[in-house]
Amino acid sequence: MASAILRESTIMKIHYGTALAAVALVAVHVLMRLTSGGFAASLEYETVLANYRFLPYALMLEIILVLLSIHGFNGLRVILLELRQGPRYEKAVSYGCVAAMFALIAYGSRTIIMTNMGMV
Amino acid sequence: MALQAAGSASSQPSAQRPGTQRTITLRIARSNPAHDSTTVGFDDFDVPYEKWTTVLDAILEVKKMFDHSVGVRYSCRQATCGSCGMMINGRPRLACFTKIDELNSSVVTVEPLQNFPVIRDLAVGFDSLFENHREVRPYLDRDDTELDNTPDGELKEYAQSPEELEQYIQFANCIKCGLCNAACPTMATDSSFLGPQALAQAYRYVGDSRDRGKDSRLKMIDDSHGIWRCHFAGSCSQVCPKGVDPAMGIQMLRGYMLGFGGGNQKK
Repeated sequence: MASAILRESTIMKIHYGTALAAVALVAVHVLMRLTSGGFAASLEYETVLANYRFLPYALMLEIILVLLSIHGFNGLRVILLELRQGPRYEKAVSYGCVAAMFALIAYGSRTIIMTNMGMV
Repeated sequence: MALQAAGSASSQPSAQRPGTQRTITLRIARSNPAHDSTTVGFDDFDVPYEKWTTVLDAILEVKKMFDHSVGVRYSCRQATCGSCGMMINGRPRLACFTKIDELNSSVVTVEPLQNFPVIRDLAVGFDSLFENHREVRPYLDRDDTELDNTPDGELKEYAQSPEELEQYIQFANCIKCGLCNAACPTMATDSSFLGPQALAQAYRYVGDSRDRGKDSRLKMIDDSHGIWRCHFAGSCSQVCPKGVDPAMGIQMLRGYMLGFGGGNQKK
């Protein structure tokens, strides 16, 4: 169980830290959308591909993906732990959230890497 | 079931005039989970009241005059024992500390405290409250005793400055009435949550310069159902009849956890 490996205070420090870092990076991300020829243009297919192929930007997207996955799935874990209690349920929720987090990071990273390497 | 007080034709209180007694409709939640876990009903009683009549006075009037079977727990009648906590018009309050006149309502509804198991009618079980209170080890935790402080074994108080006392003194006013736990939205869903009462008491001792058990106490509350489950709704502090601010105590404890607290502590 995640909370058995890490103390709850450590988990929550990570939770707050990822939130703060994500706010900063997502702000950069949004500003980039608004400054690269307008919001609508920034969502065009070729522009999106170009963003992924620009390595520093792809790295930032990867970091945002990791930060938001950690923060989001821990938030989900907290909500689910408050919804119901019981050792088996709590263990399932904690392991499930960690597994889902890694799955999302893996799938998102695959997209970023493949696009960056020109495989899409 | 609706019962009328003798001589009371209407449940609506009238403006007080010389020789005229005002009445209030007291709606008392009735249930007995030991016999029937599903049925919760209300009995209405028209009760006369004066400016100084408390809700507890009205309930005891009902027990005396109309229905002695109403289940209610009380003791000191002066907001000291913490026994008579209940939901009064939807808000956790002490019945002995709430005057009917101040409620500005013609109907006063009394129900058992939320987030606690009902024993009968208005009486709830405080087992979880006291268990959580015990869990934070609510006493000065140190190896020596005041008797050890002098070579000749004379009693000597642990020295503490007024500033050190100020760190925790408001939290020492807790009477364990359970109103904060009844108001806590997290406790409504998370039955394993320690609750604002226990966490505030944890801070009461963590913030006490005489205590030496800070680390073990912080470790105890650093749990998946401990201090981090507080969402800072602040309702615990709003309902406390003794002016304790559990929400602030919880934030102060979080400060310790995050490494911001305890700058003036002798640990």
